[in-house]
Amino acid sequence: MSASVEAGAAGAGLGRLSWGLWRRQILAILRLEVKKNFWGRRALPIYLLAAVPVLLMFALTVLEPEAGRDIARDWGQANVIFANIYEGLILRTVVFFGCAWIFMNLFRGELVDKSLHYYFLAALRREVLVAGKYLSGLLTSIVLFSLTTGGALFLLYLARGYPANAEYFFEGPGLGQALDYLGVTALACVGYGAAFMVIGLFFRNPIIPALVAYGWEWINFLLPPVLKKISIIHYLHSLTPVPVPEGPFALVAEPTPAWVAVPGLLLVTVLVLALASVRIRRMEIRYGGE
Amino acid sequence: MKDDAREKMIVFEDVSKFYGEILGVNRVNLAIAPGITSLVGPNGSGKTTLMNLMTGLIQPTRGRVSILGVSPQDPQELFRHVGYCAQFDSFPKGLTGYEFVRSFLAVNGLSRGETERLAWRALERVDLVEAAHRKVAGYSKGMRQRVRLAQAIAHDPSVMILDEPLNGLDPMARAETIRLFRQLAREGLHLVISSHILHEVDMMSDCVVLLNYGYVVAEGDVRGVRDEMDEHPLEILIRCDRPAQLAARVFAEDHVVEARLHEDRRGLFVKTRDADHFYLLLNRVVLEDELRVESVAPVDDDLSAVYQYLIGTNGGGSG
Repeated sequence: MSASVEAGAAGAGLGRLSWGLWRRQILAILRLEVKKNFWGRRALPIYLLAAVPVLLMFALTVLEPEAGRDIARDWGQANVIFANIYEGLILRTVVFFGCAWIFMNLFRGELVDKSLHYYFLAALRREVLVAGKYLSGLLTSIVLFSLTTGGALFLLYLARGYPANAEYFFEGPGLGQALDYLGVTALACVGYGAAFMVIGLFFRNPIIPALVAYGWEWINFLLPPVLKKISIIHYLHSLTPVPVPEGPFALVAEPTPAWVAVPGLLLVTVLVLALASVRIRRMEIRYGGE
Repeated sequence: MKDDAREKMIVFEDVSKFYGEILGVNRVNLAIAPGITSLVGPNGSGKTTLMNLMTGLIQPTRGRVSILGVSPQDPQELFRHVGYCAQFDSFPKGLTGYEFVRSFLAVNGLSRGETERLAWRALERVDLVEAAHRKVAGYSKGMRQRVRLAQAIAHDPSVMILDEPLNGLDPMARAETIRLFRQLAREGLHLVISSHILHEVDMMSDCVVLLNYGYVVAEGDVRGVRDEMDEHPLEILIRCDRPAQLAARVFAEDHVVEARLHEDRRGLFVKTRDADHFYLLLNRVVLEDELRVESVAPVDDDLSAVYQYLIGTNGGGSG
């Protein structure tokens, strides 16, 4: 009986597409959630995590007196080193765990705090709640991790000095590479964000599935080509602007072209969000069981 | 039930809810009309389960619930009509009382001006204007209860579901809140209230639903429920100048099952299976024997007595 109630309600809802109302509701959710994401007690670990690559680059390029000269002398090598830092530390670790923390807490955190029911008791479609929460996580993660990526790049350029940088940045490939890095970071937030939001909805203790996903993303370079494609990092890796010639981040298989990788990732994100919506529609509030 | 009748009522049709193998409520059939309806029962009797089913926080294992014709599975429509003051004593972090009420009005999709106006009006109704800009985390239990109530009534719902709304309130606030509930009921709202304070429930309710172990054991207005309890004769205390004489007269009647003198010997307890006949008899005896009667009052036709007879205790906590 309850299944038929579900189906009936969903069917009735399709007839009333209130875009203006949903936009206002999403903005209201964004205001509440973004404030919480940036200033809530769960924000501190994210700030610390986001600062790690910037501090590392600061140590490598500013605190080490020889570093500036080395970077200026062999800019190509410096770019490859940064690509390794970006792929290994920023993308696979900081953005991965940062998104895990932000997006898994969007619902799981409210279940722990016993405050999710206030959203469930509003005149609000639960799909709209999913969209609002996801967008709040996305905004938070993109702002933070773009600052991380941009800050680390800035320190790399800083070590090289002004005239060489200006030429590389505005007349060479520098600006394009920087935008590519920022774009890949944003895309990583889009993909990982959706995945972790769903993990947070399906698992009472999402740490274990998050660690399994982390392992899967890390061993991606060892997997056969077909399995490589069942991951987010594979598509992000294909989009990074500076190829790494050797090591685990080297491109050994045929890279997925950007016109497939970007829409593909967005499509998968939409599907994952649809799954989250189905889950949230059926979710019951029983804090005692959390 | 016809659709137009359903659109004016809260309807449970053969509703059961199981939490795994644990029974929440079983085979509940109710049609709740406007006014104040109280859910009464001991801990674990299913009161909160019924409220959570009405608001879609949980879904029935079997059966169907509708609130003024709307399914709880359609929150966008449902919560335009319904406000729920749940028992969970927790709040989103970092908000003031005003921000809390206003934010969730905004989540409903109302404009900024409208949310501000409604939030202040709701805070005024629960007498929380002065503390409105303080963080909810610093509120006393009673203030937290009131701010939850403000949040539930802020959007002018026509159905209010209130889980132990008087908990934590001081006597003044309780009286004010009960007055507010009565006023809302007079305005034609449905108020479904759970409470374990039986005399307050008795005072304010138009209808009670008694629950025990997940089953509805009785429903209706308290006097009506009491009248149907044939196995428990109604007990009446008659204060008069010659109670022993009265006892001798009434005990001859078939419907009188017990007549007992009061300890101070200035009154008589009579248990009768037919109150209407007893009152007629009493009138006759008073006239014939020229008794001086001070008062006549049923002793066990209130909710406490009904509760004790049907559930077997003197009232319990939440459930």
